[in-house]
Amino acid sequence: MSNCCTPEPYKPPEPGADTTRLRTIALIGPPNSGKSTLFNRLTGLRQKVANYPGVTVEQRMGAMAGIGRSDLTLIDLPGIYSLDPFSEDARVSVEVLEGRMPGTPKPDAILLVLDSLHLTRQLMLAAPVLALGLPTMVLLNMSDLMEMRGGEIDPLRLAQEIGAPVARISAAKGSGMEAIQLFLNRHRGEDANRAAITVLPVVGNAVSAHKWAAQVSARTGYRAPLSAEASRKVDAVLLHRFWGPLFFLVVVFSVFEVVFSIGQPLSDGLGDVLARAGTWATNFLPNDWLRSLVLDGAWKGVTSVLVFLPQILLLFLFIGILEDSGYLARAALIADRVMRTIGLNGKAFIPLLSAYACAVPAIMATRTIENKRDRLATILVTPFMTCSARLPVYMLFIAAFIPPIAFVHGLVGLQTLVMLGLYLLGFLAALATARLLKSSILKSSQTPFILELPQYRMPTLRSIGLRLWDRGSVFLRQAGSVILVVTLGLWVLANFPRHHGMAPELTESIIGRLGHWMEPAIAPLGFNWKIGIGLLSSVLAREVMVGTMGTLYGADPQTQSLSLQTALHHDLHLGGAIALMVFFAFAMQCTSTMAVVRRETNSWRWPVIQFLYMLVLAWGAAFVANWAVGMIWM
Amino acid sequence: MLSELEVGTTGIIESVDLPSSVHNHLMYMGFLPNARVEVLHRAPAGDPTVYAIDGLEIALRRETAQAIQVRMTRPRQPSAKETRQPSKPRQSERKARR
Repeated sequence: MSNCCTPEPYKPPEPGADTTRLRTIALIGPPNSGKSTLFNRLTGLRQKVANYPGVTVEQRMGAMAGIGRSDLTLIDLPGIYSLDPFSEDARVSVEVLEGRMPGTPKPDAILLVLDSLHLTRQLMLAAPVLALGLPTMVLLNMSDLMEMRGGEIDPLRLAQEIGAPVARISAAKGSGMEAIQLFLNRHRGEDANRAAITVLPVVGNAVSAHKWAAQVSARTGYRAPLSAEASRKVDAVLLHRFWGPLFFLVVVFSVFEVVFSIGQPLSDGLGDVLARAGTWATNFLPNDWLRSLVLDGAWKGVTSVLVFLPQILLLFLFIGILEDSGYLARAALIADRVMRTIGLNGKAFIPLLSAYACAVPAIMATRTIENKRDRLATILVTPFMTCSARLPVYMLFIAAFIPPIAFVHGLVGLQTLVMLGLYLLGFLAALATARLLKSSILKSSQTPFILELPQYRMPTLRSIGLRLWDRGSVFLRQAGSVILVVTLGLWVLANFPRHHGMAPELTESIIGRLGHWMEPAIAPLGFNWKIGIGLLSSVLAREVMVGTMGTLYGADPQTQSLSLQTALHHDLHLGGAIALMVFFAFAMQCTSTMAVVRRETNSWRWPVIQFLYMLVLAWGAAFVANWAVGMIWM
Repeated sequence: MLSELEVGTTGIIESVDLPSSVHNHLMYMGFLPNARVEVLHRAPAGDPTVYAIDGLEIALRRETAQAIQVRMTRPRQPSAKETRQPSKPRQSERKARR
């Protein structure tokens, strides 16, 4: 989905004459210590947070409006284990800290966020960070959880020990924020430039850093909470040789079953309401071209996409639970064996899984993959994963062409199976392409698989609710912008040139002629010219396809009064419909994805190669699908 | 070798023999000499394995764990579940190696 992951860029205020004043504060800490949760708390923004290491892969800035300090800029950074970066995302953090990141000001102060559940290990990062000499406050995050599990820490003694202010906070609950305010107020001026005076171990040596961290935590009376027995018990089942994979499959299957059995009726209901609302509203419009433009052009196009909102939200509900619970990292662990056979490692599985939502953030997430060639291979295959923008297309054509037959006492639906098949098709194409790349142009030696598993956490209603709200509004914005503009444009092209002031026959219109002109290229796939126009428009974003269908079938007098699902049967056969879905499984129709691939690989070469490769594959597979369906049914 | 420890047992790290960048990264994750490592689970396919170190859970593939030398600590009283578990993945390991 275009624009799904690029919020309005924040511009830090221009540096004033007063250079001693505090302006920019950076959030630093080990992966999954809760920096982004704190960032959201302090800025009032909604940066993505989840329960696995490596959610944040680039710097994000925001004014600290959440605690009434809009004059200060807060920078959220990817998690690091040390100042010696091992992967691309960690390099970002170090470059920002050193003031070498273009467009990001060098921080004047640091909020060091540590997970108090594993303080001894996390303190290892404190040594090199304190040695930077910037005013630093150490925040012991998740202190509420630590106490609940029987842990203990004396922040005052820790502060004396390391020579920096320390506060216990809970970013998720919002406690301890006043301590941060106090720290920021105190550093208003002269002492912002004062170098920290602390006794620190030799920097850059993990052994001494650990020794120092262990001593400090022992002297400050830190008692680690009881190790997460609950988490381990859950893993004994979820990583079990038999139950683990079975659980995985059952979860995946039930996601799709729910998307159909609950999402489809909701979607149909929403469609009815929207259709009625459209008819009712146009009563107030004169019965001429304007009504046709509003009802047949814009409204039919936009609502044909809008009706898929329930399914999209259901899908994101599941993705949210998957990411927030901590299961995602386990899935990567289970998948490592499969990923090894294609020459990648389990870490590549995390971006691939998040690509089920959208390929753009998934491609960004590949920054956590340490090996450059592995990373490129993952970027190149990510768009094969079935993103949520394909869902409306699949839902529309499955509902229209696949009969709702159920097997096994109604538990397994044919429509669900077709949907699963399409997801599987994309996944297999990704694996096969990765294998091809890794055994030819992107061959490399194996990099070790090192993955930290977070403890399981119950996803909160609030975080899931916010996610759904955000994704829902992205979807609605998309419908209100790109899709609205495309459908309006299509209506114009479908109604010109005018014949004696009347709309032309659809086939005589500009769009009709364009469609018929490109028909030879798509006829072998069983597509009609309207599908051809849909394919052209869907290069912008995949779900535009559905809007285009709504407008074109709405503009055709023969199908005007029918629902879109019925209208499609008018000039499309089963073979063409299946071929179309197969085409969408493979083709790269998304300008945002191409843009992000260009940015991450630093050249147009890869996105162009990727686009052509996927197009050829899509055309070929659709041809085979159409031919095969024809053979079976003739 | 760390890879030879069975699920449920604990070892003390003696040395790590890996390229320096990986070695450094592992050290910052807690794989330091004299650190205690507990073997928690093996993935369903028998590899990678989840280790607990400093209270954190970290998964490593066998080839990485093979480069980490450990000495055994006093054998813990294994519970019924733990005695059953380790034998299964090891069979599949042997198959995979052939």
